[in-house]
Amino acid sequence: MTSVEKTDVLVIGSGFGGAIPAYHLAAGGARVVVLERGPWLSSEEMDHDFLLGSSYTRAFDFVVGDGMSVLGGNCVGGGSVVNFAAMPRAPRFVFERRGSVNRRMWPAAIDRDTLDPWYDRVAEALPVTTQEWGTVPYAGGLWAAACHHAGRTANPVPSAVDLDKCVNCNWMMSGCRFDAKRSLLLNYLPAAVAHGARIRPLHEVQRLERTDDGGYRVHYTVVDAEDYRVHTGEGAIDAKIVVLAAGAGATPVILQRSQPDLGAMPHAVGRYFSGNGERLNTAVVNEDRVRDVLGLARGDGRAYEGYQIGRGPCVASWDRLDGSLPEYSRYSLEQLYFPPGLGTILAQVPGAPRPSWFGAAKKEMLRRWRSWLIIFTMIEDDNEGVFGPPPPRGNANRVSQQMLGHGTISYHPTANTQRAWAESDADVKSILERDGLAEVAPWTNDLVGAYTVHPLASCRIGDDPATSALDDRHELRGHPGVFVTDGSAVPGALTVNPAMTIAALAERAVPGIVRAARERGVDVVYGAPAPDGATSGRRATGAQAAELMNR
Amino acid sequence: MPDTRPSDPRTMTLEAFADTVLPGEKRSPDDRAIAGAAPGGGAVAAGAIELLRTPATGIADGLDDYADLLTKHALGYAAEHGLQLDETVPPFVALPFEHRTALVQALTAPGHPEKPFWVLLALFSYMAFDSAAHLNTRQALASGHPGLTAMGVSTPDADGLWRFAEHSYGRRLSDVHPDTDHSTGSLA
Repeated sequence: MTSVEKTDVLVIGSGFGGAIPAYHLAAGGARVVVLERGPWLSSEEMDHDFLLGSSYTRAFDFVVGDGMSVLGGNCVGGGSVVNFAAMPRAPRFVFERRGSVNRRMWPAAIDRDTLDPWYDRVAEALPVTTQEWGTVPYAGGLWAAACHHAGRTANPVPSAVDLDKCVNCNWMMSGCRFDAKRSLLLNYLPAAVAHGARIRPLHEVQRLERTDDGGYRVHYTVVDAEDYRVHTGEGAIDAKIVVLAAGAGATPVILQRSQPDLGAMPHAVGRYFSGNGERLNTAVVNEDRVRDVLGLARGDGRAYEGYQIGRGPCVASWDRLDGSLPEYSRYSLEQLYFPPGLGTILAQVPGAPRPSWFGAAKKEMLRRWRSWLIIFTMIEDDNEGVFGPPPPRGNANRVSQQMLGHGTISYHPTANTQRAWAESDADVKSILERDGLAEVAPWTNDLVGAYTVHPLASCRIGDDPATSALDDRHELRGHPGVFVTDGSAVPGALTVNPAMTIAALAERAVPGIVRAARERGVDVVYGAPAPDGATSGRRATGAQAAELMNR
Repeated sequence: MPDTRPSDPRTMTLEAFADTVLPGEKRSPDDRAIAGAAPGGGAVAAGAIELLRTPATGIADGLDDYADLLTKHALGYAAEHGLQLDETVPPFVALPFEHRTALVQALTAPGHPEKPFWVLLALFSYMAFDSAAHLNTRQALASGHPGLTAMGVSTPDADGLWRFAEHSYGRRLSDVHPDTDHSTGSLA
């Protein structure tokens, strides 16, 4: 190699974990390069189209493992582009979880009180707002009414959607054509670019090695824009600091592949993976009963038939998020839209003999698609996931030109996880089958294992070196100057959508990264405002940031 | 729209597999690949073969292997269950629908050594029906695609984009959790 490019900070991945440090470090004066394996899509490229090769398949990856499949973002902006923008904060009890290690799994420095100011920073930046009942789409309204009928409560879920721009098209998983979803493409990333950060799409990082000056050399390959199985070039960049944020399904794989050069990884790299305890149930709604029992009407003679309409999850029942309940019995039940394609096949026909994911009865169920309602359950799982030896490149052996691959994750749910899924399934059934409102069945795990859209904890923070890969400032144990700031740093399942917590932890990690960069001679300061210049979040985190900088 | 010309044995075998996943009505009285187990167009009419042959799936080059392997499994299944197969059609096509179903169940069940292989074929057969992944969605709807039409997928606006001006019941339908922090919308 004749010459290797140099930068101060190399960020791997441009989702919440990557975009937030990239912005703050660039704004603070560091030279920042962001490598993203997926494409950089403009709003006009975000298609309303299921055709293979449209943004629907360009922008995310579906990786099938042994017992677990992971759906993740694969584009500049990462998960923020393909997610459904639900941004609740994690309940207080989550930070006290003990899980499979049987001691508090979160670092002592972090609980809900200490994280709240960082949540505030994210809420100010995107922004995240509460939703009003008057704009909740039909599916969320139906779920709320069913919960109320069953004596439960239900909440509109805080969201990073600008409702003045949203047209309720429900194409969020292909990216937002209308810039209504406040993805990172609209805040942190353009602000980072404005401060000089360079974002390189279609650059897939393969491994890290150490340089003689104590920094790191990051090796990447360039991915073909149409066929992701094809790599068209390769290169390397030297950096004084590396921020790994490739997603919980990819970050540990990069570290595993780097081990021959970097030396031994902490035991927890590639272990303790959590699918955020996720599971889905599909209800086929009885339109007449919805009208007669719940009194719902759309004004055009229909009671519901609103599955296609809306914007992902809008209403959740949080009655079981009660800290006084035993661990593994706390969960949320959230209404969700999931588009045809990858999800539909996994729905089972309610009441039919198993397996019932295909055949004549399933086809008949598809004919009632407009009357479907999906409930998304997030329980407390047992961090059962383990990654096998890394594939030759990337984090999976790609099958299709885009979207689909086989990964090395193995996930065999424990009795705790299976019991929690069963309890939540029964709860969904009791709410929605009450008085004949619907018929309900969980998705099958037989085809692609359990299924998560929120992979977590494969490289987690903690105080115990035996069970955590990172210290509480997100620095990789034994490898100074490498930080992990994506969902893989979150210690365990959150019982709610995790984007807000991943983002808040990334904000909290920045002061430590700035300090490490300064120690390596980078002329960088901490203290940028929100991407739009707002400063109230910065004031609220000032004391904690100073402590993290000076520890 | 799907090609309705007589199919070669391998194509017939793949059609029979797709029709087992999401069955439909026969294209003609003498149609053997489609078992006729459900009314309306099924996966085949929805374009399963066209989608399977699309290079973007990553399995297009292996379809002959799929058909040959399915033939082998059908022969084994028939022998195991003492079934006499009509030799004028491929073995999987010759299986009665309930036996096709049982064999697909076995091939896609946890623990089957070829499970990932068959799940892929089922997935793309499925996607032909539920998302017409080989077609532009707007055009598929305009031409009456059997799957999208059966599901009741609505049509987009003139510019090809979906918008739902009417989308909400417009009123509160439940009490919120008593510990809700109304300034953030999350639990306190």
